[in-house]
Amino acid sequence: MTEFKRPDGRKINELRKITAKVGVVPNADGSALFGFGDTIAIAAVYGPKKMHPQHSQNPEKGTLRCTYNMLSFSVTERIRPGPSRRSQEISKITEWALQPIVMIDDFPGNVVDVHINVIQANASTRCAGINAAAMALAHAGIPMKSMVTSVSIGKLDKQLVTDLIKEEEDWEEGEGPTDIPITLTDDGKITHIQLDGNIPMKQLMETFELAKEAGKQIHEAQVKALKEAIEKK
Amino acid sequence: MTKRIIAIPGETLFEGEEYIPGEGTEKRKEKIIALRYGLVENNKNLIRVIPVSGVYIPRSGNVVIGKVENVTMNGWVIDITTPEGAFLSLMEVPRYVNKDDLRGVLDIGDIVAVKIYSVNSRGIDLTTKLKGLGKLDKGIIMQINPNKVPRVIGKEGSMISLIKEETKCKIIVGQNGLIWINGDKIEDELYAKKAILYVTENAAMSGLTDEMKEWFDKNKGEIN
Repeated sequence: MTEFKRPDGRKINELRKITAKVGVVPNADGSALFGFGDTIAIAAVYGPKKMHPQHSQNPEKGTLRCTYNMLSFSVTERIRPGPSRRSQEISKITEWALQPIVMIDDFPGNVVDVHINVIQANASTRCAGINAAAMALAHAGIPMKSMVTSVSIGKLDKQLVTDLIKEEEDWEEGEGPTDIPITLTDDGKITHIQLDGNIPMKQLMETFELAKEAGKQIHEAQVKALKEAIEKK
Repeated sequence: MTKRIIAIPGETLFEGEEYIPGEGTEKRKEKIIALRYGLVENNKNLIRVIPVSGVYIPRSGNVVIGKVENVTMNGWVIDITTPEGAFLSLMEVPRYVNKDDLRGVLDIGDIVAVKIYSVNSRGIDLTTKLKGLGKLDKGIIMQINPNKVPRVIGKEGSMISLIKEETKCKIIVGQNGLIWINGDKIEDELYAKKAILYVTENAAMSGLTDEMKEWFDKNKGEIN
């Protein structure tokens, strides 16, 4: 097989340069910045605080509420600010990806708010958002069973690659692009997977291996950022 | 002092039968797993994670400072910066209270030092039946990160008694991060505030009480 060439010259299983930082929003209870190359997301966590309006309080356990937002200047062509169908969907998906690990049962009637803002986008924004949110939740002192790492695995024609960029998302050769964002816990359990395109079952199993491999690198970066935040002080 | 270990949620802190999981940790098979982000404390194999960030979580026995939010038929609702409202019953005020004149004792907006005597599913119950608690009508209030309160108090109150001595102020440190300072002169109060801010900025420093002694020698009441 001939060597597969990616538009930015990365190896097939190579991630973009990871930037991770904790405590970027001083007024939030916890915050973090996470970036894959040109994709940068900031997550801010507020709470646990009293759920408002009162009728959406859950007296049995706490609620996790995520808001994903792409800022108007984050892409090359200005997008209309405010909630859209896409951002609402990603908010919900982020919530589902984080819910299994966040131990929020001890805060009945309360809510933990996670606000994710994408300040610069070049594909994989939901993954960067989830990674940032996991760090911000830890930073806010919310009890968690594990951290999560999220990465998008793509299939370009027939080749699997890690961490897609915009150019690859619009792949036009052969079978075209398939984008599979996967979120994993520390011990390799899946909390979220999406699939946009088509892929044979055998290859899908291979994507998990790629995601686990990438997840280790992301986890390392997250842990490093969290540890540095204490050591620096 | 040995280098402290930092816990990340999901991280294995110790492995073995002899370890007991404490606050902020969980036992899975033979591993002690951290559930919170913070510093690890190993006290005779009892492993705890001391949080370094996040909101204040009320515990019974804590002395806190709050603001009267509302006056009801039989007590006061007090905002102690927690999601749950806290309630001070009129039975818990150590003086005779005329039921028609609750506002004469504590009015909306008054600042009080209170002790939490129980935290349950119905809410937080407060008391002022202890020396030094009750309405605070003089002095200044400042707010710090509640996770830094232990450093401001110091080991067995060493830090706070040093600050009290040097600034000649009365100080009540609420576990919720609100601090009340009262001195004879406003300059003394501001000096105490400056000292407390210095402590919070250098919270991770070891031997901080000794450092503060030097700081007081150097500053000598200078507030700017």
